[in-house]
Amino acid sequence: MSVNPRAAALGGLLLAFLLAAPAFLDRYLLSVLIVSLYFAYVGQAWNILMGYAGLLSLGHALYVGLGAYTSAYLYAAHGITPLLGLFAGVAAASAMGAIIGALGFRFRIEGVYFALLTIAFAEFVRIGFDHIPATGGSGGYFLPLPPGGSDPWSLRGGPALFYYVILGLTIAALALTRFLVHSRIGYQWRAIREDPEAARALGVDVFRLRMGAVALSAGLTSIGGVFSAFYYNTMLPEQMFGISRSIEMILGPIVGGLGTVFGPILGAFVLTPMGEGLIALADGLGLNVPGLKAVIYGAALIVIVKFRPGGLWPWVARKLGLETPA
Amino acid sequence: MPISFYGEVLIGGVLTGLIYGLMALGLSVIFGVVRVVNFAHGEMAVLGMYAAYVLFVAFGLDPLISVLPVGIGLFALGYLLQRRLISGFVARPEHEQFILLVGVAMIMVNGLLMAFGPDARHVALPYAYDALEIGPMLVDKVRVYAAGAALMAALGLFGFFRFTRTGAAIRACADNLTGAAVIGLDVRRLYALTFGLGSACVGAAGAVMVLIADATPGQAPALTMLAFTIVIVGGLGSMGGALLGGVLIGVSEAMASLFIAPSLKSMVSFGLLILVLLARPQGLLGRNA
Repeated sequence: MSVNPRAAALGGLLLAFLLAAPAFLDRYLLSVLIVSLYFAYVGQAWNILMGYAGLLSLGHALYVGLGAYTSAYLYAAHGITPLLGLFAGVAAASAMGAIIGALGFRFRIEGVYFALLTIAFAEFVRIGFDHIPATGGSGGYFLPLPPGGSDPWSLRGGPALFYYVILGLTIAALALTRFLVHSRIGYQWRAIREDPEAARALGVDVFRLRMGAVALSAGLTSIGGVFSAFYYNTMLPEQMFGISRSIEMILGPIVGGLGTVFGPILGAFVLTPMGEGLIALADGLGLNVPGLKAVIYGAALIVIVKFRPGGLWPWVARKLGLETPA
Repeated sequence: MPISFYGEVLIGGVLTGLIYGLMALGLSVIFGVVRVVNFAHGEMAVLGMYAAYVLFVAFGLDPLISVLPVGIGLFALGYLLQRRLISGFVARPEHEQFILLVGVAMIMVNGLLMAFGPDARHVALPYAYDALEIGPMLVDKVRVYAAGAALMAALGLFGFFRFTRTGAAIRACADNLTGAAVIGLDVRRLYALTFGLGSACVGAAGAVMVLIADATPGQAPALTMLAFTIVIVGGLGSMGGALLGGVLIGVSEAMASLFIAPSLKSMVSFGLLILVLLARPQGLLGRNA
């Protein structure tokens, strides 16, 4: 785990900028940073499963939704702080991930079929939440704003609070991923990703390691859901569990570089500001055409995946003279 | 409720299912041969719906007639898409193909949004509310015509693969790609043809669908999911399976609307999808996964 001095210097600068950001950024720019960090965080959680263990999940919004609804319900209905509620959310999401994983791996559902299984579960649960009256059904679930300001121990507060929370989460996820990648588990995951049969022949317990990856990834993702519930205060089944949410979440790590530690962060910090920039540009030009932004975004995705198939990070790392992390 | 009412719902489900089946057939053919999962499938169906809508508004063409020009137009689109863009991705990992097609899907559906806005577009036919009497049962005339057109298009495709040399060549690519290349088949052209044919199927299905449902850009992802569900249930790569899966999903959704709640009907389809994935991952009519 040697650290390139150039990388350390650049990383330190970036960290200093991020830590100081709320002091000099306006509300809007701070919200763009918050959303970028959120996607960096959930992208990292997804990257553990796809980038290292090689399992393609297209239903990760399921875990965001479970974390969001569980912690929001415990807070709104029973006054339990999300700092405790998140454990329930993580438990629910990890259990769900373990169920999907156990079914998928036991029945040898691989590749595209596994991806479709994850979509089917996410959609199944989405429609289920449309019919759960306790959390508002399809009409949505809304968190009450605290009377008279903030209560940081219940994640109630201004943008700066949420900013530092998501920054902390993103750094923690980065550290965890980096630690895992260089650990025995990380090497075993990559062995499975490259060739499950060969890994099995070498004595790697493929089933257990895959189960661990899916439960860990689901649990981490659900913490992102807790964050999003208390940041936005609004939950609709379609918005939380929908397939478009699952897709949105995985664009960052793929564009940034799958199976790299910094790829999900870079991808999120390219895509989110790009989307915001397109909106600002269209507004500035006086264009009010719904759909234009998404057309350009779609074209950008095609260009990126066509010309940088391994993602942006390995290329950026080379240009900046940083070591390419494993 | 009289027993004939259930019969009407059942027949309605079968007819809708045949249209779903044609749409899914396109997805199945593309996957079976090119081995690319077309994540822009629902978007192509919606493109077909709008094309039929435009032909109706501009020239008064009945969507049943538009099936042909819309099918040809989508064939050209699919052919070019494969030739110019997707062919470079055939050997790439699944998630890269996925991102590519997500990009294509975003451009299609938001292009439609820019051109037509988010409101539903409706094709008002003179015979829209006519019904056929079958014994004691009344069945929507448009639904019967629409399903008939879908069935004919599907049969046309079966015939093509079964009886033409090009169809046989495409099947050869699907069975043994290396072998096909060794005996001198132009695989790139055949892949483009296949993608074109699959797109024509889904375009034709879209044109027919506009008879029984309004066109909106927002319905595209749900149609993509529907096509996946059907194809997995029926068996990826199996043409008969796609039609059977379509009918099965059509009927089970109609029955779920009737006996449970219309808003829960997709839950039944996804439940069915999960069951089939676990019990028989190659699908009902698939050979092996």
